[in-house]
This record gives sequence, C-alpha cells and structure tokens, in this order.
Amino acid sequence: MADTMFDFMEMIDSDIMGKVLSQVREYDDTRFHANDVKNALGKDRLTFYDYSALLSPAAEDFLEETAARAKMETRKYFGSSISMFTPLYLANYCSNHCVYCGFNCNNNIRRGKLSYAEMESEMDAISKTGLREILLLTGESRSQSNVDYIGEAVKLAKKYFSTIGIEIYPLNSDEYAYLHRCGADFVSVYQETYDPDIYEKNHLSGPKRVYPYRFDAQERAVIGGMRGVAFGSLLGLGDFRKDAFATGIHAHYLQRKYPHIEMSFSVPRIRAYINAENHGCSVGEKQLLQVMLAYRLFMPFAGITISTRERAGFRDNIIGLAATKISAGVKVGVGGHGLEEIGDEQFEISDSRDVAQVHAMILEKGLQPVYTDYLRLI
Amino acid sequence: MNDKLIIGNKEFNSRFILGSGKFPLDITRTVIENGGVEMATLALRRANMGGKENILDYLPKGITLLPNTSGARTAQEAVRIARLARELGCGDFVKIEVINDAKYLMPDNYETIKATEILAKEGFIVMPYMFPDLIAARHLAAAGASAIMPLGAPIGSNKGLLTRDFVKILIDEIDLPIIVDAGIGKPSQACEAMELGVSAVMANTAIATADDVGLMSTAFKLAVESGRYAYLAGLGRVLEYKAEASSPLTGFLED
Repeated sequence: MADTMFDFMEMIDSDIMGKVLSQVREYDDTRFHANDVKNALGKDRLTFYDYSALLSPAAEDFLEETAARAKMETRKYFGSSISMFTPLYLANYCSNHCVYCGFNCNNNIRRGKLSYAEMESEMDAISKTGLREILLLTGESRSQSNVDYIGEAVKLAKKYFSTIGIEIYPLNSDEYAYLHRCGADFVSVYQETYDPDIYEKNHLSGPKRVYPYRFDAQERAVIGGMRGVAFGSLLGLGDFRKDAFATGIHAHYLQRKYPHIEMSFSVPRIRAYINAENHGCSVGEKQLLQVMLAYRLFMPFAGITISTRERAGFRDNIIGLAATKISAGVKVGVGGHGLEEIGDEQFEISDSRDVAQVHAMILEKGLQPVYTDYLRLI
Repeated sequence: MNDKLIIGNKEFNSRFILGSGKFPLDITRTVIENGGVEMATLALRRANMGGKENILDYLPKGITLLPNTSGARTAQEAVRIARLARELGCGDFVKIEVINDAKYLMPDNYETIKATEILAKEGFIVMPYMFPDLIAARHLAAAGASAIMPLGAPIGSNKGLLTRDFVKILIDEIDLPIIVDAGIGKPSQACEAMELGVSAVMANTAIATADDVGLMSTAFKLAVESGRYAYLAGLGRVLEYKAEASSPLTGFLED
C-alpha cells in the first residue's frame, strides 16, 4: 500500500481503517449458500455475516425477495420522499493519474474552471429549475482549485441553495471545518476500491495514490463539523462484492463512532470516458441492484443516491426501492447549465432528463419529489 | 359528549395527530379529511418557501400546525428551528425533536428538556418528543411543556406500543396530556394506546406505508375514537389469573 503521506496530509488517530481491512481480508463470498441468504432476509438487523451473504453470488437467486424487503425498509425510513439535486462541476483540473477516469492528469481533454461570476450564473440557472440542493465538484487539483476557491463557491451556493454538498479531493479536518463554516454540510469521498493492491495499480501518481489519507477523509470531515458523509466504491474496479462489503462496514464503523452523522452511499460503476479504450464493466445491472439492496438492508437508515451514469429505466425503478436521492438536469462537464461548457466531461451520462421531467417521473411512480429536507443552521 | 383534548390554549375534538411528510403531498388533504385530523406535524426542513413542493402549501388552513425541529441535534439547534417556524407563520405550537442518533433516531431527553425550558419561556406551546422516562417527563413538565410525547417504539418501526408499561407510568404520574408519538404501526395499536389512557396518538409511517393511504387514515380515526370511548367507559375486568382457587385461601377466616 502506498502510504507515504505527502507533507500537507493530516494524520488522525483512528482505528477504523485497520478494522475494515481486517474484515475485508477475511471476506470470502464462496462460503455462502441459500440458507445464509434466507436467514439474512429474515432479520431486522444484519450482522457482517448476513450482509456479506446478501452480497454473495448465492443471493442472486433471491433478488426478488431481497427487493421486497428493501422496499419495505425504504418506505419505513424515508416514506415516499425522493430528494432531488444536481452536481455542478467547478473545475476539471486534476493532479492524479487514475487509469479509469476521464479527468486524469494525463488525459488530453479540455480543462477549465469557472470564474466566480460564471459559478454564480450557473447556480442562478440551476436554482431557477427549482432545485435547492447542490453538489459542488472539482477535479483533484489543490493548485488549480484550492480550498479558498472552493470556499468562495460554497459561499455563493449558500445564496441559492439550502443544502450544499462537496465532492472534491480529500481535505484536512481544519479545511473541512472552513468549508463547513462557509456553508457546506455534506461530504462525498469515494475510496474507489478498498483492495490496497488494486488501488495502487489504478492510482499511478498524485496525492490520491496515498490510500490511508483518502480512507480517513470522511472521519476528518466529521471532525471538521460536517453533518453527513457519503461513501462509495467504483464498482468494477476490483472485486465489486468485496468492495461493496468494505464500503458498508466502513460506514458502519464510522457510524458506531459518530452516531449523529448522516450516512449515505453512492454506487458508481465503471463507464467509458473520452480517449479511453472501453474499460469494460464487469458489474451488470443485476449486480448493481444486488449491491444497492444489500446497502439498504444493512443500513436501512442510510441515504442511497442514484446518478445519471445509469439509464433512465434503471433509475426510475430503483427510487423508492433502494435509492432515496436522484440527480436531475445533470451536466458533467465544467459549466453547461446556463453557460457554455468550458471543460470536457468526466464520464458519459445515460440520463439527460431535466428537473421537470424527473419531477414528473417521481410523481408518476406515486412518490414525492423533495427539494429541501435540510435546514442549514450556520 | 364533551370530551375535548386541550393543549396549551387550544381545544381539539380529534385525538388523532397526523405526522406529515412520509406520503405524497397531493394526498395530504385526503388523509387529513378522512382522519378527521385537526393537528398535523410538519418538518420545518421540508418547508420550501416560495419554491416547489413546499409542504406548507399542502396543509389545509384551519388545522393546527405542529412544526417539528427534526434535524436538530442539540437544544440550541432546536430552539433556532422553533423560532424560525414562528417567523414563517407556523404559529406557537412546536414539537421538540432533538436527535443525535442517526440509526435508531432516539430522542435525546436531556437536550430536549433544555430546549423545552427556553421555548416555553418564549411563549411557545411546547410538545416534546421523548423516550418514556418518568424522571425526564417530570423535568419536561417543570420546564413548561404543554404535553409529553413519549415514543411507543423506534420511529418508523411500526412495532406498536413496546413501551406500554412506561407510558402507563407517565399517564398515571404526569398531569399533562400524554401523546404516543412513534412506532404505532396499525389501528389496533392506536386503539390499545387510547384504551390505556393516552390523550392522543400520532402516526405517520403506518399510514404512509399502507396500500390505500386514505382508507388507512379513516381506520386510524375510528380506532382512536374507539379506544378513547373504551377508556372513558372504563374497561371491564379482564382476569389474568385463575378465577378462583378450588379451596379458598381465605376460608379460615371467621371459622
């Protein structure tokens, strides 16, 4: 594992990574049989064993029953509410070389970053669609999109949105605290894969190569005062079952340590990007569904977000079943909401519907589109 | 029969309080009408003033709004949300919810007491959601609460009155309306709580997760009324032990 920290990287005193990695080392999905799956489906609270059973190949034969349980849990905890949001890419400069990502620093794409005036005009355009929740994203470049720059973006977003999340490079706790004071409350960081060897092979250079610093990002965000954190593996990068298992127990241990924090999961799987050979995708929709259902049953209280990486038909049916949050009116290049796009996109999207269309779809499903479910108290 | 529920300065004919926010907004009116609901909670965090799908736009005029402080993790946050609710025109009623456990959504009685004290002094009609602990309930009463809202089971669990014996203690010992707030999963459980002597029942998930939400609201209305009548009528004796010993234990008296 590449664990030589860069000078700027904060070390925190935490045993969570050790706990997760030791569980992951023991993970063996070939030991599960139909009975383990049935037992898991009969329980209110799943053990790690039950959870891995639901992620195992043996559970693929029980997807229908699992879905029925998941739907019930989703309704119990979230009722018919489906939250809506959109991402806004502020910049796509990146100092990492991740072999699967369109933003990687060696990929020859159009780079750009929004000026403050451009950001505000994009935010204004987004808020006019009715959305009140925004996710601000950047590529991982501490020089091109530094913390002050992101802080200014958050302050601007505060004028237009009730809920602000950030999906940027991992920060130190004092930097999270700063962005929290600016108005951000939710942080997404994806470990991509929890397998240290596969992680190293896919992250060839840049700060992201340092596995432990990324791993502890959510905890540093919590220490910095953030209200909620999101977890995710890039499914298909390593063994997706093992990675989904690790993602769940990572969230579990953090929840045990900080019981007040809101938890959520995202479920990206590998997609094609500009200038890439088809990377292939070992995770089909069936497996993706299995992972989402397992997250739901393992942590029934956690949010699950479905992105536009997935096609409309999948998105429309997963909400209310496992997912509780859906993006709409998505542009994954830099700009593109009101302004012309000034930087290329990170990946290709499969659902280009606007906010009104997604809103109408949610209502059609008998569910309730929710624009705001959060009160910022700072 | 003159049997009003009195909370703060207000009288209610209905003893079924609706938690909104878990079912689609466009059926809110039907649920309220079918349930004969006169008081409904709303999460202030769902208020999208001037925006789309604002929960406040869907609650009919004439019912009493009970804004809750969901999202608050400390007394101070609850106080700020309550004040915001009043500024937004939601009235003086407030349901204090202070939760800093994201998994079971257990209320923090200690912070709830602190928030109740502050808000009662500011003239709010405070209805704190709490774990049914007698000592905490006494503190809440002393802090100026207008009703006490103990949970029956974890929120959303639909498990019924798991805390029955502890709720009964509150009914017996606290001179305020006791309103069971969470966990009631079916009309029979609402009826059971009312028979026990609670002043009102609140439900949300039980209705929202029904196949026919409107009809379930009617069912709750009837169950709550039925339980109330049974309580007022005085339940008949239900023998839980063998009726009579075959040779009387007290037969030796006055031999």
